[in-house]
Amino acid sequence: MVELDDETAFPFFITLVTTSINLLLQIHFVLLISRQGKVRLTKWYSPYSQKERSKVIRELSGMILTRGPKLCNFVEWRGFKVVYKRYASLYFCMCINQDDNELEVLEIIHHYVEILDRYFGSVCELDLIFNFHKAYYILDEVLIAGELQESSKKTVARLVAAQDSLVEAAKEEAASISNIIAQATK
Amino acid sequence: MGSQGGFNQSKEFLDLVKSIGETRSKSEEDRIILNEIETLKRRINDPDIPKRKMKEYIIRLVYIEMLGHDASFGYIHAVKMTHDDSLLVKRTGYLAVTLFLNEDHDLIILIVNTIQKDLKSDNFLVVCAALNACCKLINEETVPAVIQQVVELLGHQKEAVRKKAVMALHSFHQRSPASVNHLVLNFRKKLSDNDPGVMGATLCPLYDLIAVDVTPYKDLVASFVNILKQVAERRLPKTYDYHSTPAPFIQIKLLKILALLGSGDKKSSEQMYTVIGDILRKSDTASNIGNAIIFECICCISSIQPSPKLLESAADAIAKFLKSDSHNLKYMGIDALGRLIRISPEIAEQHQLAVIDCLEDPDDTLKRKTFELLYKMTKSSNVEVIVDRMIDYMISINDSHYKTETASRCVELAEQFAPSNHWFIQTMNKVFQHAGDLVNPKVAHNLMRLIAEGFGEDDDAADSQLRSSAVESYLKIVDDPKLPSVFLQVICWVLGEYGTADGKYSASYISGKLCDVAEAHSGDDAVKAYAVTALMKVYCFEKAAGRKTSLLPECQSLLEELSASHSTDLQQRAYEFQAILNLDANAIENIMPLDASCEDIEIDKTLSFLDNYVQTALEQGAEPYISENERSGTLNISNITNRSPYEHPTHSLRFEAYEVPKPVVPTKLPPADTYPTELVPVSVPESSYQPTLSSGPDVGSGSGSNELRLRLDGVQKKWGKPAYSSSSSSSVSNFDSRTTAVNGATQSDHVTAKSRELRQPAVDVSEEKQKLAASLFGGKTGKPERKQSGSAVAHSKASRTTNHGEDKVQQPTTVTTAVQSPPPDLLDLGEPTGAVNSYSSVADPFKQLEGLLDLSQDGNAGTTSSSGPDLMALYSEPSGQNQKDNMNSAPNPSNHAASLSKGPNLKDALDKDALVRQMGVNPTSQNPNLFSDLLG
Repeated sequence: MVELDDETAFPFFITLVTTSINLLLQIHFVLLISRQGKVRLTKWYSPYSQKERSKVIRELSGMILTRGPKLCNFVEWRGFKVVYKRYASLYFCMCINQDDNELEVLEIIHHYVEILDRYFGSVCELDLIFNFHKAYYILDEVLIAGELQESSKKTVARLVAAQDSLVEAAKEEAASISNIIAQATK
Repeated sequence: MGSQGGFNQSKEFLDLVKSIGETRSKSEEDRIILNEIETLKRRINDPDIPKRKMKEYIIRLVYIEMLGHDASFGYIHAVKMTHDDSLLVKRTGYLAVTLFLNEDHDLIILIVNTIQKDLKSDNFLVVCAALNACCKLINEETVPAVIQQVVELLGHQKEAVRKKAVMALHSFHQRSPASVNHLVLNFRKKLSDNDPGVMGATLCPLYDLIAVDVTPYKDLVASFVNILKQVAERRLPKTYDYHSTPAPFIQIKLLKILALLGSGDKKSSEQMYTVIGDILRKSDTASNIGNAIIFECICCISSIQPSPKLLESAADAIAKFLKSDSHNLKYMGIDALGRLIRISPEIAEQHQLAVIDCLEDPDDTLKRKTFELLYKMTKSSNVEVIVDRMIDYMISINDSHYKTETASRCVELAEQFAPSNHWFIQTMNKVFQHAGDLVNPKVAHNLMRLIAEGFGEDDDAADSQLRSSAVESYLKIVDDPKLPSVFLQVICWVLGEYGTADGKYSASYISGKLCDVAEAHSGDDAVKAYAVTALMKVYCFEKAAGRKTSLLPECQSLLEELSASHSTDLQQRAYEFQAILNLDANAIENIMPLDASCEDIEIDKTLSFLDNYVQTALEQGAEPYISENERSGTLNISNITNRSPYEHPTHSLRFEAYEVPKPVVPTKLPPADTYPTELVPVSVPESSYQPTLSSGPDVGSGSGSNELRLRLDGVQKKWGKPAYSSSSSSSVSNFDSRTTAVNGATQSDHVTAKSRELRQPAVDVSEEKQKLAASLFGGKTGKPERKQSGSAVAHSKASRTTNHGEDKVQQPTTVTTAVQSPPPDLLDLGEPTGAVNSYSSVADPFKQLEGLLDLSQDGNAGTTSSSGPDLMALYSEPSGQNQKDNMNSAPNPSNHAASLSKGPNLKDALDKDALVRQMGVNPTSQNPNLFSDLLG
């Protein structure tokens, strides 16, 4: 899908390695890409410039979306590994270090998807398209600074619900205020 | 029902998202986004936007950034938003800034104050939001501003806050190790936190600390083992179970830590054996997460002091991985094999055919991993096969990163294990021909040096043979127009130096070739420079030898051309050439001695031949020379130049000056990104910036590959057969004498028994594959270099492979070429095959969103689409008849079951459908994918 430009790709790799990658991180970034290569969510735990980000997405969607269904869920990429998993028409990708445990990361992805599923009630891509900010909030409860912070689905659900109840409360408040105003101005 | 929340954005925003969904090309998307940027730029600066509206604008900015555009014009508004009193607004602000700003952004300074304030909040959700932001935004400079508060939060009553505080400290540690140094005790304490989540989080910083220096944590081995045991025995709350495996992520983290602690430490390792063995036994091999734990166990076993019993179970687990039909498991098996092979090399032989299958697998990822394994197990007996394969693969790929890596691996293996000069030269030629521009130029220089210095000690005949074979092969390929520049330089240099040395080729032939090179690559000054210098050498050697020489006409014209070249270097070389040619033979022999590239040129650094001149000058009253150091006073220049490039960023604000006292004890911690190295004077085992340093035990294997340099010093010993065969044959001979006894009667029984135990009966193996297996694993029959086997069994197995190749066909093996249905994979929670069909039926993927606004066929959607009926049913009109029809017509029983079992989902889906309708987004048969549940 995307032709890699060999001449520019190589120096770019060097800059990535020397300037921005913190190898202590377990997960360098999370990408959600649709089957058509559209970006649904990106979260960068290592610092990348906007230009680098576009390039990374372009390269990876070119590599991952073209892979057959029965192949490994991992691709080696610029000295890192990208673990991906397809759910319906959406690809969840996480970039990890060369010597990390790919199967574990595959399960971290699944863990996240199950939490999304519980939250949205059988989640589908459309939920994520229109509620990408919620997907971000949930991701922040699952991963922090590139590490899995909470492995209990229930705990995550409870925290997200606590935050949401606040949202609901605020909304009701706003509604009642506007009601009062509406009443008053009638 | 969480999904409702999302649809309360404004119509405008929903339209934006929708129109992005409908675009068919990147340029169209870019145009829409640029438009949106313009709109937002105009509106966002309006002084009185209601908060709610502002919140939406910020989310729209996030959307813009997510799609790869620059939204920096709005960053400041996101920062302002974090100052808001309402958590709702604040949370959006924090989300946006963590997504927008990297840790070195200037705006961060404006947020620190807010974070400080929020960390003190009595609403734990506010504290959580602030801690989340800490992890991303607090950099080395600002750590001191918040660290005290974060440490206090370790004792917060809410476990969510404690956990995030631990994670925040962890991220501080990664950025600025010194600032967290004094907190190690807190981490140790948090290990016994009541909440398993906090305990699990504490493992992250501890892992990092232990990776840097294990010694201070040896006392924790017992605690870690104990925790791991409890986790494995399901002592943690049920909520930490994942697919009925007890807290697998915590188990894996603990295994990683144990691997570090047990490395090279017999006493610690012995404490771990039981628990690792238990986990390995208990883990569920049918689930992915179970296999993840098993893999981690294998990594741990290969890292700690070896235990024969554990190694055996690890080998069994690897066998299961390799035999699996899942590509993922095969990959993990190959990876695990690569780790274990360092400790017990004989294990590879059991799996030779599985490995070869992986090597020939169409999956590139698997193939690469297998090449990595082969690289690790290369020895002098199999180097030819492996390097040939690697080169073939290298030629076939386009990925420049991986090509470079493969090329340098080939070079490394070739120089280490090459069986003959001829093979070595041929191999290097191939590497340079196909990846010359990608290999490090140093490799080329080392190759020249290698050819010049030779390999054999005092074996001139071998050296000159190497040189002539190099010359010969270069003359053959020099006419290829597409050779990379570095390679051409090597060729020119070798031809100039040794082209005429053995008298096989005439000077005019060589110089003709060199002129051709210079002409064919007239754009490349470096090549031309090498060529003209080579020409000079050829003519000089001729003249010095007293032979009559005359410049070829093309050489003459080349010289004329270069004398007028824009490159001063080329000009100088041309003039020097012409000047040298006019000298007499004696002088030339002194200037250009034959084969003297390795001779040291002595330089009189004190310039003693000028002493007389200086003396005279001094006598005539000249000032004596004052050395530069004396002139510039005490200034020590080296101090300045040696400073680390990773200095403090040049920000003017400093927080740390008065706050954190420097620990008295010199500490051993890894340098973070921007940490000055002077403060970490002692051993730094895991520096991310020095790939050549061998790092921790886990990464050790990979580090070798980063070395591009030819190992010249080792070559003379490693090169050539005498050194090798003498050492290995002597060690192997013991085995030979021992195994011959076994080889007689018992061998075949022994082998079949073993193979039955290890292998499933399967189809026959092609002759070619066997040959490959034999050459990779067994070595050639009767060759003394055969790999030293660890046990008699393995040895007899190896010899069986080679000697009784024909028997092999009937032997049961692991190779299964037949395609089998994959094992039930818990990860794929039954992604309906119907959905897969529907993907393939959609020809243009971008058409998917086309129907979003199409209202016309909603009622029929369910019944008309035959490709993914039950998926569509979820979104069709909630009429019972329709549902029933669809259930009946569902082609796949599993599909059927999935939709039935997900009882509540149906209702959810209908709710969702209603919502979708409200916003005017409607599913049609064209775009079922967006609506299908991600979990199938």
